[in-house]
This record gives sequence, structure tokens and C-alpha cells, in this order.
Amino acid sequence: MHTLAAVFQDIPVDLILIQTVNGIVAGMILALVASGLTLIFGIMDVVNFAHGELFMLGAYIGVVVIAATGSFWLAFVVSSLTVAILGAALQIITLRPLIGRDPLTTILATFGLSLVLQNFALWEFGPTARKVGEPINASFQLFYLTYPWYRVVIAGLSAVIIGGFWLFLKYSKYGVWIRATTQDRVMAQAMGIPVPWVYTGVFAIGAGMAAASGMLFSPLVGVNHTMGLDWVLKAFIVVVIGGMGNLGGSIVAAIFISLLESYASIWVSPSQAVIVSFVVLILTLLFRPTGLFATPK
Amino acid sequence: MTATPIDKALPLGKSGLSHSAIFWIGFCVVMAVLIVAPFVLPIFWAKFLTECLIWGLLAMSSDLLIGYTGMVSFGHSAFFGLGMYGAAGALLHTHPPNLWLAILAGLAAAAAIALFVAYFSTRLRDIYFAITTLIFSQIFYVIIFTWTSVTGGENGLIFSRPHFTIPFIVDARFTTTTMHWFVLTVVAGSYLILRRITQSPFGMVLQSIRENEARTRAIGYPVQTYKIVAVMLSGLFAGLAGVLYGVQNEFAAPDFVYFITSGDTVIFNVIGGIGTLVGPILGAGFFQLLRELFSRLFGEEFPYLIPLGVVFIAMIIFLPQGLLGFARRWLNK
Amino acid sequence: MSAVEKMAEAQALVSVEGLHTYYGKSHILDGVSLTVAPGEVVGLLGRNGVGKSTTLKTIMGLVEARAGRVLFDGAIITGLPAHRIARMGIAYVPEDRRIFRGLSVIENLRTGFDRAGVDETKRRALLDKAFSYFPRLAERRGQAGGTLSGGEQQMLAIARAMMLEPKIILLDEPTEGLMPRMVSQIGEIVAALHNEGVAILIVEQNVPLTLASCQRVYFMEKGAIRHHGAAAELHVHHPAIKQYLGV
Repeated sequence: MHTLAAVFQDIPVDLILIQTVNGIVAGMILALVASGLTLIFGIMDVVNFAHGELFMLGAYIGVVVIAATGSFWLAFVVSSLTVAILGAALQIITLRPLIGRDPLTTILATFGLSLVLQNFALWEFGPTARKVGEPINASFQLFYLTYPWYRVVIAGLSAVIIGGFWLFLKYSKYGVWIRATTQDRVMAQAMGIPVPWVYTGVFAIGAGMAAASGMLFSPLVGVNHTMGLDWVLKAFIVVVIGGMGNLGGSIVAAIFISLLESYASIWVSPSQAVIVSFVVLILTLLFRPTGLFATPK
Repeated sequence: MTATPIDKALPLGKSGLSHSAIFWIGFCVVMAVLIVAPFVLPIFWAKFLTECLIWGLLAMSSDLLIGYTGMVSFGHSAFFGLGMYGAAGALLHTHPPNLWLAILAGLAAAAAIALFVAYFSTRLRDIYFAITTLIFSQIFYVIIFTWTSVTGGENGLIFSRPHFTIPFIVDARFTTTTMHWFVLTVVAGSYLILRRITQSPFGMVLQSIRENEARTRAIGYPVQTYKIVAVMLSGLFAGLAGVLYGVQNEFAAPDFVYFITSGDTVIFNVIGGIGTLVGPILGAGFFQLLRELFSRLFGEEFPYLIPLGVVFIAMIIFLPQGLLGFARRWLNK
Repeated sequence: MSAVEKMAEAQALVSVEGLHTYYGKSHILDGVSLTVAPGEVVGLLGRNGVGKSTTLKTIMGLVEARAGRVLFDGAIITGLPAHRIARMGIAYVPEDRRIFRGLSVIENLRTGFDRAGVDETKRRALLDKAFSYFPRLAERRGQAGGTLSGGEQQMLAIARAMMLEPKIILLDEPTEGLMPRMVSQIGEIVAALHNEGVAILIVEQNVPLTLASCQRVYFMEKGAIRHHGAAAELHVHHPAIKQYLGV
């Protein structure tokens, strides 16, 4: 009891609050990545192993466009659109032929894609990490720390993208198409909805979201061909914890996990802080395998 | 009229040989070729062949799950890695380093991990199972990578190859050739054991689970128990492959525990043909050969995984049974 | 084929010729042939499991035909994806209704009326039409489809199909599980649609309703058409009825 009190006494409250902000920032990016993943799974029943690579490609295309034009935000838009189109193409070539087959074949196919994309990036850009400058250099005072505005912008922008997508899903014609397809693929077709194209569209949107996250995140870490791997793993953990196919659940889970990890890194190194997400995963699998935040569909 | 089991005893075809006979003849021919190989091949290729056999064993272990039980697992890198590290631990902490102890230690480590992973992941079906095995193998990667004091962290562990010892009879160093024979014996033995398992009543239940899990459960089989045992068996043989790899190469590294190794294993299975046991061995060999070929033709830097990845994807779409898939029925009789 | 029959076939809106379908190794449709003229109401009667629903599904492109063909307005539609067939003018109301449970009533209808070539005014008009046909749906316009009663879901399924402005509606057992009052409502709706010139191919087990609503009736057994006649010449005690529908 004494040691516990001592531990808590040693930690200044402001550090916890700073880690809360960090946790939310990381959580929002993770939420954006995980949303794309859970969307693709929820609507198409496809586990997209290549999602991390789409994230990575988004960052690399950003690097290229910034080098050519000097504008971060232009790169952001171009990279998201390019990867979305690439995603659509990949879906048409490799995943459409597999519709109706054993869902495990799509895991294998997307795994193959991730290998190809990763090695392509390695071949094209080399093994050294690239650096991307932050587009906004201003910062503000958060307790004793000078906290960069850019991080807050990331969180805000991710929220806007996710929110925008939610509105699209709820109110637009294509949003209705997507929801109808999710609920009854056969009747959606009988109503004239071109289901194969809905799938392609959803995959493209998911890919675009991944690329956007990759681009937003790139100034925080180096852009490197393996950057996707860690993220896709985290995203999968988040998606399982939040409930596969459950958009709201993944977002909450993403923030939850990131907050826990941020707090954990007060005491242990970041590479060990990931154990937290593993523990939560194991607990979820033990007690609520359908997901901690799963709402009955 | 006597009631003899038709498949095995009745002569088939013009040659008048039973299915069993053809199988064993084929087996002996292949074994003969592999035994003689180190005498004929230059050292590099002899070692290459040995390594292919080890990867083949790993792939075969995974086939028990993918091909026979219908569970795609990405967790084999953990079993393989733990086998390697378990052996390393035994070799580093006993004097003199004992081969058999290393094997035991490796198998024990792999089995323990397999039980742990199986307990959690077999609750879930299909895709969820695959994802959780993946996540678990990554968990072990992180643990191994960061627990530097025990596992050597990023750098892994280096140790020396133990002697081949049979108490009071033999104590000899391994040469490339004898190492090859040892690996060959282990792999061939494993193949025969696994074959026996898949053809046993237990194996039949596994295949029934693959065909229709709900029906198998409805008939009254404790499906989850069978699955856990399947994962453990699979993990055991994967661990064995890890031990062999460690002994062959004299080091253990965390890279092998990274889920990419699991992914490679799945690739060997798909290319070679799931549900055949031999297919994955071929798939492993094919993959390694292509990799070697590409790096020779185009240089070390050539991203061989790009064309290989494309081939893999194409195979999933157009040739899902794999190279040996057409022979699946025959091989399983 | 006589000249008259040829002409009849040439004028057919939907013409099914020698359809064969399989489910695994089971031979479900064993050479089904029938026609529906523009604006005609045609019945398809038979016991459970003879292939009536499969026939509708094959016309709609939801089931693949191994042999035979389906013509719509003279064009071959066998092999086309269902969503193209829907856009060409065939609407399908399945046996279990299958309305989109998570979508509201309006959203369900929207899957039909919100399509290319339909402007805002037209969309409003279609929605109003659906509500005038089915006032109960208007009351529940914002409710999720899954919360509607069985009869209301059937109304929604038919209304949804109407939103496509089809030339023919395929109705699969619309009165199944409905109260007698609703059954007669279905009859009225079929009559109203017929008045608008929409053709209907209706699969049913309810003989009186079928005979009252249809101009012609086909009888199916074991995957093929066995008998065919004008509804006016049939009656509830006709031997064909007993033969193909009796227990």
C-alpha cells in the first residue's frame, strides 16, 4: 500500500494530462487506420492484411509530392486519392475473383499484396527512413511542455474525416447503397445496386483512410518501408477488441488502447508499453470475444 | 470372400501394385536421392537442401492445421522461434551441450506456447483464429525482442553445435553431410508420424472439422479439444523445425519469431498444396530455390519477393490447390 | 411452333426457354419454359419444393442457369448480373420479403427510387405513390425496417420493388403467413399494378387469389411446367389443381 501511494506521489498530475493528450492524438490516428480496416471487414468480409502497406504508401507518396511541390497539404490530398485509386485497382484485380470463395483466401491474397507492396517500397525508396517536416511549426504551452499544434491538428483532422465518412454513410445515396449491401447483398443486387462496385468503392475508401493516416503521421516518425507492420498489428488488435465490423467500437477501442499505452509509457519503455494492448486483447478474448464495445447488430 | 480393406490390398492398374506399395517405393526412391545428395552436391547446395528440409518440416507442421483441420494459423513463427530459443537455452546452459536435451527443451518450450495460444485462439473460428494467432506470434516477438537479458534481444543468441551423442556408443561432431542425414531422418520420421496421425481416427475427426465443424460438433465430438490438440501437435513439429534450424546454424534470432515467418510458412503451404503434407515441403523448396535463383540472376538487392508475391497471389486465384493439390486424394489414402 | 405461337412469343415481355439449374448435384429446374406478355398477370402454381422460387430467382439472375435462356423484351438476359437485370426493368419480391432491416422505411424505398435518370421531382412522386398505395408505410416512414410487422414488411417489399418502375414484378408467395384481410389487400395491389400496365409473375399456393388475379396460370411439378391454361377456364375444383397442388 505504501509503495503504491509512493508511486502515485512521484508522478506529477501534469505528466498524466500530457500523456492523455498524447494518447488521444495517437488514438485518433489509430482510429482512422482501424476504421478503414473494420469497414472493409464489416462490409466485404475481407481481412485486409495489406492495410499497413497502404498506410506506408500514403506516407511515401507524400514524401514524393512534398519533394516536388513543397506543399504538405497538397501531398495529403494527392496521396489519399492516389492510394484510394490504387486500392480500387488492387481490389478489382486480386479480390474480385475471390468473391464467394472461402474467406480465408482473401487473408492470403491480401497477405501476398502486403509482401509485394512492402518490397516494392523497399526497392523503390531504399532502406533508409525519410524525414517529413511538420507543416505547422507552432506550439503552445501545455504545462511545462511546449506542445506542438500539429499533433492537435492530426487528432482534429482524423475526427473530421471519420465524422465526414459517418455522415456520408448515413445520408448519401452511396451510403445507403453501402449499408444495404452490408445487410443483404443479394437483395441489394436485386434492387439494382452494383454490389461488385460497392465493394470496390469501400475498399478504395478504406485505402484512402489508411493513406491519410500514414501521411498525417509521417512527420512524427521516419517514413520507412516497415512502418506499416506495427500499425497494422495495432489496428488488428483494436479491431478485435472493438468488435470486428463495428465502426464505433473500433474508434473507442483505438482511443482506449492508446491512452492505456501512453500512461504505461510513463513507467516502462514504449516498446514494452505495447504489452498493454496484448493484455487487453487476451482479456477481451477470454471474457468478451465478440468485442469489448460490440453492440448487438 | 474375405473382407480385406479394398484400397490397400487389392492390386490396382496394370502394374499390379497396390497403392501402399507404390507409396513406399516412391518414398524410398526420394529418400535414396536425398541421402546421396550431399555426396553429389557442392557444399553450398548441400546446406541449402538441408535448410529446405527444415523449412519443409515447418511447413508440414502448419499443413496439419491448414490442410487437415481447416484452420489457417499465422502463429507458427512463435512455435518455430520458441523451439529455436528453447534449444539455445539448453545448449548454452549445459556442459557439454547435449543434443537430446536441446531437442527436449525446444519441444517443451514450443508445446507450452502452443497450449497457451491454442487455449485462447481456438475459441474463435476462421478469420478470428488467424488474426489472433498472428497477434500472439507478435506478442512473443516483442517479449523476445525486449527481454534482452534472457534472449539476447535484438542480437539473439549464439551457441555452438552440439555433438551427436548416443551414450557409450558415439560422440561425433556433425559434418555437413551427417548434419544433413540427421535432419533428413528427423524430417522423414516426422512426415511418417504426421501421415500416420492424419490417417488415424483422430486425423479423420480433424478433417471432418474442416469439412463441417457444426456437424462434427452435433455428432458429439468435443471440437475445441480436438482443435487444441491439433494446434499443439502442429506447434510441436514446428518447434522441432526450430530446434533443427538452431542446431544447423548455431544461432537463434528474434527475426524468426516475427510474423513474417508465419506468413512465409503459409506461402509454402499454398504453393505446394495444402492437405498433402508433402506439398508444403515442396512449396518450401520451390520458394527457397526461386529466391536463390533470383538473387543469382539479378543480384542480392533484387526484391525477389515482388515476383514471388505476385506468383503467390496468382496461385491463390487460379491454382488454389497448389502444385501438388491434384495429388491430394492419392497422397492421403 | 405455329405462327400464332411464334408471334405470341415474339411479343412476350419475358420468355423463359428450357431452363436447367442445379444445386450441387441436385437437378432443380429440368427444362422450364414459360412466357409473360407485357402487362399480363401470370400465375405459377405448385407444391413446395418443385422449383417455383428457383424459377423466379433464375429469371432475376440470382441463380445461375446451366442450360436454357431467359429473354426480356427480346434481349437475352441469362448470365447477366442481377443488378443489371434490375435496371433493365425486372423487380423481385422474394419469399421472405427481405427488406433491409437496418434501413428505415424511406431508406428502403430509396434503394429503388434514388437512381440515375430520376430527378428530384420524380423521386418525390414515386415516394408519394408508394405512400398512397400503402398508407401504413407512410405512418412508419422513419422506422427501421426490422421493426415492422410481417404484413407491413410485405407491403414495404412490394413498394420497394415498385420504386424501380419495373415492366414486370416477380412476386414470390406474397400472401404467405398473412392474415386474410391482408391477403385480399395483396389481391387489390396486384389488380392496381395490372391497371398501370405492370406485368406480374406471381408464385403462389393460394389458389383462389391466383385464379382471381391472373389471366393465365402455369402448373409446375418436379422442376418443369406440366400444365398451362387460362385462369378463366380453371376453377378451384379443376382436376389440375388437385393433381399439382393436392396433398
